[in-house]
Amino acid sequence: MIPTQALQGVAEQLMAKAAIEIPDDYLAGVKAMADTEEGDLSAFVLRAMLENYEAAKEDRRAMCADTGVPRWYVKFGNEARVDGGPVALEAALRRATATATHEVPLRPNRVHPLWRTDHNNNVGINAPEIEYSFEPDADWVDLTTVHKGGLFGTDYRMLFPGDGIDGIKRFTLDTLIAFGKRGLACQPAIVGIGLGGSKDICMTLGKQAACLRSVGDRNPDPRVAELEMELKDLGNSIGMGAMGFVGSSMVVDCHIEVGYTHTGGMPMSVHAFCLSSRRATARVHADGTVAYRSDPQWFTPYMRRETVEWQTVQKSGARSA
Amino acid sequence: MADGSEKRRTLRLKTPVTAADIAGLRLGDVVYLDGVVYTGREGVYKRVVDEGVELPVDPAQVGNVNFHCSPAAAVRDDGSYNVGAVTATASFRFAKWLDRWFEVSGCKIIIGKGGMTSEAYRKHFVPQGAVYLTTVGYGTGALLGRGIKRVAAAHWLEDLGIAQAMWVFEVENFGPFLVESDLAGNSLFERANAEVAKNLDRLYEGLKPPALHRYGETDERKDELI
Repeated sequence: MIPTQALQGVAEQLMAKAAIEIPDDYLAGVKAMADTEEGDLSAFVLRAMLENYEAAKEDRRAMCADTGVPRWYVKFGNEARVDGGPVALEAALRRATATATHEVPLRPNRVHPLWRTDHNNNVGINAPEIEYSFEPDADWVDLTTVHKGGLFGTDYRMLFPGDGIDGIKRFTLDTLIAFGKRGLACQPAIVGIGLGGSKDICMTLGKQAACLRSVGDRNPDPRVAELEMELKDLGNSIGMGAMGFVGSSMVVDCHIEVGYTHTGGMPMSVHAFCLSSRRATARVHADGTVAYRSDPQWFTPYMRRETVEWQTVQKSGARSA
Repeated sequence: MADGSEKRRTLRLKTPVTAADIAGLRLGDVVYLDGVVYTGREGVYKRVVDEGVELPVDPAQVGNVNFHCSPAAAVRDDGSYNVGAVTATASFRFAKWLDRWFEVSGCKIIIGKGGMTSEAYRKHFVPQGAVYLTTVGYGTGALLGRGIKRVAAAHWLEDLGIAQAMWVFEVENFGPFLVESDLAGNSLFERANAEVAKNLDRLYEGLKPPALHRYGETDERKDELI
C-alpha cells in the first residue's frame, strides 16, 4: 500500500524539479543546435537560454516565469494500491500543486475562462488536469508533472487519407511558420504530432508525444520513426531559428504518436514543447522507495498495443525508446 | 557555437530613461536596465484605460519602463514577496490600449515578448518617443529574476491577483533585452520575417493542398498572424 502522504511529498518535489531543472536530453539537444546555428541572433538567443538554465539551477528558481499550466500524468501499475484510493491520490496532487505554486514559487496562471478568477494556486475547475494510464505486472505508481505554456504553438486539422504525407508536411509547416514568427512558440521546441484517433484523442496524443517522450527517442514503427526525422529536418529547413530570427534552430526533435482513426479521415495535431521544456517523473514503489527521473517513459509497448488481448508474458517493462 | 554577440552592442541604461537614451538605441542592441521597472498588462490596462481608474501610484515614482510580465511570485505569510522568475507575455494583444496608456503613464519603453507590428510602432510608439525592447528566449526567467533586487510594491494585488497586479521592481543589471523597435518605427522581427519569407515558396513547392480547405483570414505564409 503506497501512503498518500508520501505521494504528496513526492509530487511537491516534482513540481520544483520540473520548474527549475531543464531535462538533460533537451539540454543536450539545444546545445547541439547552438553548436551549429549560423544565424547570429538565433545563436545569441540560444546562448542566453543556456545561461538561463544554469542560473535557474544555481539559484533554485523557476527557469521561466510562465510556469505554464501545471498538470499531471499518472501511470498505475496494475498491482499498485494507493492508500485512500484514486480520490486520495487526486487530492494529494491538487494539494501539491497549490503548495508548490506558493513555495517554488510558480506563477499562478490558472484562472476561470470567463470571470478570470484566480485562486493564486494553479488549482480550480478541471485544473490541474490529471491523465491516467496503466501498466501490467507492476506494483509502482509513476507520477509525472509537465509545465507547458498554454497560448501558442498548437493547432489541429482534419486531414483526409488522400492528403497523404503532403498534407502532413504542409500542416506541420503551417503551424511552425505561423507560431514560429517572433518566436511565439518559444522554439526550438520538441514538436509532438498526433495522427489519427478521435479528434480529442488526436490532440491528447500529440501533446503527450511532445511532453512525455525525450529528445532522441524514436517511435518503434520504423516508418513512423522515419517520418519523425523527416519532419524534424523539414522544420529546421524553414530558415527560422530561435525567436523567429534567421537560422536553423526550430525543432529539437519531432515525436509522432498514432491512434486508429475513422476510415475516412486523418486528423492531425501539432504541439510545441518550448525552450523551457519542463517535465519530471518519479516512480513510487509499493515499499515506499522513490526514484526520480526526467524521462516519463509514458509510451510503453502496452500503451501502444494494437490487438484485442495483451499477453502479460510479453512483459511491458521494455521502454518506449 | 557561433558566438552571436560580436556584432551586437551591449548597453546599460538607468531608469527613468531619457530621450537621449532612447535615441541612441539601434535595432538588435542588447540592453540591461538599472533602476525601477513596473509590470502592467491587460488587467492594469483595462482598469486604467477602459474604466478610467487612476494609477495607484504617481507615474513619476515608478520610472518609465512598462514590462508586459507576470512574475512567478508568492506573498509570504509576513506580507513580504518571494519573486522567483520573471518573463514576458506576448505583447501584440495590448496594442489597442497603448495610446491612452502612454499618455497616462508617461512610459517610454515597453518590454515584452514578441513585439508588435511596425504599424503599431508608427501609430502608438513613435509619436510618444517610445520604443519596444523584447525579452530573449523565451524566456530567460531566472536571469531576469536575479536582476530584481527588491519589490517596491505590488499594487492591486488583491483585486487583480498575482499574475495581473502592477508590480514595481527595483532592478540592477536587469536583462538581457533586445531593441526591437526604434524611433522610426522599424521592427527587428519584421526584418527577420522578410528574410525568412524568401525561402517559403520553396518549402511548399510540390506539396499538394489538402482536400478540405478552412475558412481563414490568410493563407499567405508571408503574412503574420498578429
